[in-house]
Amino acid sequence: MLAEPRIVYNEGYLDEQTKRVVRRALLKGIAIPGFQVPFASREVPMPRGWGTGGVQVTASVIGPDDLLKVIDQGADDTTNAVSIRQFFERVAGSESTTRTDEATVIQTRHRIPETPLAEGQILVYQVPIPEPLRFLEPRETETRRLHALEEYGLMYVKLFEDISRYGHIAKTYDYPVMVNGRYVMAPSPVPSFDNPKMHMNPALQLFGAGREKRIYAVPPYTSVESLGFEDFPFEPQQFDQPCQICGSSGVYLDEVVTDDAGGAMYVCSDTDHCTRAASAVGFRASRTRGEWDFPATGTGTEGAVQ
Amino acid sequence: MTDMNREHSVLSVKDVAKTFILHLQGSLRLPVVTGVTFDVPQGQCVVLGGESGAGKSTIMKMVYGSYQADSGSMMLNHRDRSLDLAAAQPRQMLTARRESMGYVSQFLRALPRVPAVDVVAEPLTDRGIPRPQARQQAGELLDRLSIPERLWELPPATFSGGEQQRVNIARGFATSTPLMLLDEPTASLDARNRGVVIEMIRERLEAGTGMLAICHDAEVRDAVADQIVDVAAFAPHREEAK
Amino acid sequence: MIAESASPLLSVSGAGHHYGNRFGCRGVSFDLWPGEVLAVVGESGSGKSTLLGMLSQRLNIDEGSVHYQTAEGQMTDLATLSEPEVRRLWRTEWGFVHQNAAEGLRMHVSAGGNVGEPLMANGARHYGKIRARAADWLQRVEILADRIDETPATFSGGMRQRVQIARNLVFGPRLVFMDEPTSGLDVSVQAKLLDLIRSLVADLGLAVVVVTHDLAVARLISHRTLVMQGGQVVEQGLTDRVLDDPQAAYTQLLVSSILKG
Repeated sequence: MLAEPRIVYNEGYLDEQTKRVVRRALLKGIAIPGFQVPFASREVPMPRGWGTGGVQVTASVIGPDDLLKVIDQGADDTTNAVSIRQFFERVAGSESTTRTDEATVIQTRHRIPETPLAEGQILVYQVPIPEPLRFLEPRETETRRLHALEEYGLMYVKLFEDISRYGHIAKTYDYPVMVNGRYVMAPSPVPSFDNPKMHMNPALQLFGAGREKRIYAVPPYTSVESLGFEDFPFEPQQFDQPCQICGSSGVYLDEVVTDDAGGAMYVCSDTDHCTRAASAVGFRASRTRGEWDFPATGTGTEGAVQ
Repeated sequence: MTDMNREHSVLSVKDVAKTFILHLQGSLRLPVVTGVTFDVPQGQCVVLGGESGAGKSTIMKMVYGSYQADSGSMMLNHRDRSLDLAAAQPRQMLTARRESMGYVSQFLRALPRVPAVDVVAEPLTDRGIPRPQARQQAGELLDRLSIPERLWELPPATFSGGEQQRVNIARGFATSTPLMLLDEPTASLDARNRGVVIEMIRERLEAGTGMLAICHDAEVRDAVADQIVDVAAFAPHREEAK
Repeated sequence: MIAESASPLLSVSGAGHHYGNRFGCRGVSFDLWPGEVLAVVGESGSGKSTLLGMLSQRLNIDEGSVHYQTAEGQMTDLATLSEPEVRRLWRTEWGFVHQNAAEGLRMHVSAGGNVGEPLMANGARHYGKIRARAADWLQRVEILADRIDETPATFSGGMRQRVQIARNLVFGPRLVFMDEPTSGLDVSVQAKLLDLIRSLVADLGLAVVVVTHDLAVARLISHRTLVMQGGQVVEQGLTDRVLDDPQAAYTQLLVSSILKG
């Protein structure tokens, strides 16, 4: 190799005009909680569907003073999470962290951290399909009209079908929510376990869908209600056992296959939470980066295209 | 016509004419009747007489509104007023049919799947009588006309001609209207049922209903007719046919 | 049963809709009263479907006017309604039965979901009650209770139309538009469906505008008939009067072309 041909990127990779476009969309989204704002999604150096929407949102809000955390299925150490973190270290000059409580910006796919978020923090969701009505109504013109006129009967049809078929609402991720009593919103494929965390959250929640060219937002302390029927209300997923590493209960667990004989253990999907909970109780098998290098396995419910 | 007369007439027909124009045959004009004038007084049965083709059915259908009268007037006693059937709006005709003028036609026109008892009960439910009560009254009429109970829940389309006609008569007599139109009500009935129908007609006449009938059966005609109007008198002149 | 009412439910006056510079229908005038069934007959291209689209506000009223008496008793000029107001009418006061059930149903949502959707659209949020009402309506259109969780995609043509009718009546509309509801079905299925429509309409006291090319359909279910040709109304009146004593040359042609049964 010769002398490194360094390309000098603009701060945050995107050019200033693009960041303004995204910020304008973000401001509009914040002003109308849950409303999907169209934006001119740009190319970023990763494939569509790998978090390009989240990356553009992060790029437009991050600065050199920020501390960025990136999680994928709750883990800080997956390839995607590591790549995105390194990308911003290079193009935004931001520092990275894995600690939820320290981070100022958290980009996420599939989870909301177990550690409660605080005022001043920004949670950026990567969204594959922003339209909650999409699978029932394929026409964008029609879904927009339904949102505009608050006609959400269709959304309930989906839940109705679930109850008729399975005896309960079977949707366990991307569970539709009503934001601020007005717009029905897709919370991205986070497990329904995390839905209650969105409600009245002190942090700013931003959603970016790169492929679908939509941005939406939930401002701090905004009501986010999961839909349900009077006689079949929303029920988040529950786990009846604690994490086998840190012993936490009331957290979202991943199944980790441990041998070829069908053996498995259940551990926190949130690696930051698990590590700190384990060290707090002096747990033997502390979980630091590198020690548990399993690829994050889904729970089998995250079927959405990523 | 004086007001005195009108008071006692349920139907007063005056100078009614009808010509069919067949557009598909070079606008061929077929005059059927002209100058039709007669009254149907309360409690009396007026029978239209004359040969077949003379226009008896045409007159009957004009009164009922299935045919459009070209001119003249047909005043029906409807809701304590006179309604000119020759000039009435469709909506008025529908109300008049429901409330003031019953029609027993020669043939039964019913939907394939409706049970006989419901065919008979329909005019009652149309008037807002609850279905169970309407069906009970319908059953009584069917019983009187010797339709066995096992047939009540079957659609009349499968019945014999005589049975169908009796269902039709039951339907026509289900409600009570100031005017009743009878078009060959007994054509295919046996002597016993003819007798029942004559009895039913007489009861209605006594109750004050005015009747306009077409009836070829001399026995029935003699039994119920108060007056026979010869339709031949309304035949258009040949010259008018031009 | 025909309810007494001081003013018509629908009052159409000189109404027309044009496609570019050609009129789909024009100069249409009639009143429709609660409890009345009006048949609009004519051959393809006569403008009857355009008329239905215009009355149901899927197409603009380009000239003339259509007034509708809302549930609150207000005579409203339909052309002045905003889109949300029109859609509220679709949701709460008007039904629309399409010729092709696939246009009026979600083919991959269960029959119960299809019938329950209008209730959910109107704010019903109790699963048990929604399902019970859907089941009741499916029974009224003679669909067996054990088919409630099956999708219309697995149903016969006649069953689909019956589900569509249930979906359009479940929320208690005051006016129902039907576009050739029985064509495309076997003759025996047609008769059954017509009978069902007729008895439901009579029981509920609905006003109906039904478009059909089939005079037998008009005779069986309608009180009044309006005959269209080339976008114009050539004749209207009591159904039996129009069919038994047709005045217009075109109506005579239509009537003479049907087989007598």
